Amino acid sequence: MAKGRIVIDEGRCKGCELCISVCPPEILVVSSRLNERGYLAVEVMDMDRCTGCSLCAVICPDVCITVYRQVPARSR
Amino acid sequence: MNNAEEKLVFERPRSLTDAHTHYCPGCTHGIAHRLVAEALDELGLRERTLGIAPVGCAVLAYYYFNVDMAEAAHGRAPAMATGMKRANPDKILFTYQGDGDLAAIGAGEIVHAAGRGENITVIFINNAIYGMTGGQMAPTTLEGQKTTSSPMGRDISIAGHPLRMSELLATLDGAAYVARGSLHDPKHIRRAKKAILTAFKVQQAGLGFSMVELLSACGTNWKMDPVEALGWIKDNMVPYFPLGDYKVTDAVKNL
Ligand SMILES: Cc1ncc(C[n+]2csc(CCOP(=O)(O)OP(=O)(O)O)c2C)c(N)n1
Ligand code: SF4
Ligand code: SF4
Repeated sequence: MAKGRIVIDEGRCKGCELCISVCPPEILVVSSRLNERGYLAVEVMDMDRCTGCSLCAVICPDVCITVYRQVPARSR
Repeated sequence: MNNAEEKLVFERPRSLTDAHTHYCPGCTHGIAHRLVAEALDELGLRERTLGIAPVGCAVLAYYYFNVDMAEAAHGRAPAMATGMKRANPDKILFTYQGDGDLAAIGAGEIVHAAGRGENITVIFINNAIYGMTGGQMAPTTLEGQKTTSSPMGRDISIAGHPLRMSELLATLDGAAYVARGSLHDPKHIRRAKKAILTAFKVQQAGLGFSMVELLSACGTNWKMDPVEALGWIKDNMVPYFPLGDYKVTDAVKNL
């Protein structure tokens, strides 16, 4: 089961690939979809391996990424 | 899924508007904006903050920060911030300035604002170049660095040495907190955020002038892709512009 999940706002993405360069499990790739502004947006190729570490979101200059993390119910 | 719950751990700060920025892909101005916005959110300052946008690539910052903003003439943001803060002492004032803006045409304003100990916060983006105007040499351009106005590389026998503004301003008695961070990887981005939080706390406590310098990428004018540009900060800028705190007065230490 994935420990984390991210949501990428594709319309904001400029395809700079900085998120790809820092993702530890290397699950981010450039998609083949051009967004409204003419950039190839990034997508997640294997969400099951997302750890919710947030490094992609921390480095994204366009604040495109929202991050969720799984926490055990009892620790809440 | 039954024994686990999903927790939101990272989202867009409220102190940013929904506007899409005009910055080039990979430009770290966007990261700097987000860190300032997160700091304002965390300190609960959004409703009483006034920002001043510079001349430079961040000229449209007033569209991006979800706080009241004014636009300064090139280099004059610290002078405007002085007046606005003195007239509205209950507000939080920040300027957002590039290295062409702060270290060249605005060198006089920043030195005197720091010397007077104006209770304002300066976010200083050092990308070693004039971004907006097409990549000319800045006071912070490194020796040997090629720019459109130093095509053979900066020659210090003609152009002199790059200015280290944090070190210079830290010598002034009015400066309460001066630190240099870098935006080249997530670890340093997180550290830079802490410095920005401290700078705003210094202002909240009325302790005097605070500035955070951020080493920043301009891949477009450095003629590098975004990932390469971050590597160039680490390998070339950090050695000349060492990271760390340059001024932390006792009052700031006790915050
Ligand atoms: C009084 C005045 N002089 C010169 C200019 C031209 N100008 C616009 S931006 C800029 C420099 C921008 O460089 P920097 O402050 O480093 O910001 P960056 O674009 O790199 O973020 C200059 C010289 C101007 N707009 N006004
Ligand atoms: S860092 Fe942000 S803008 Fe750049 S490719 Fe990733 S999601 Fe897109
Ligand atoms: S020219 Fe440089 S500083 Fe300006 S937006 Fe592009 S990358 Fe950023």
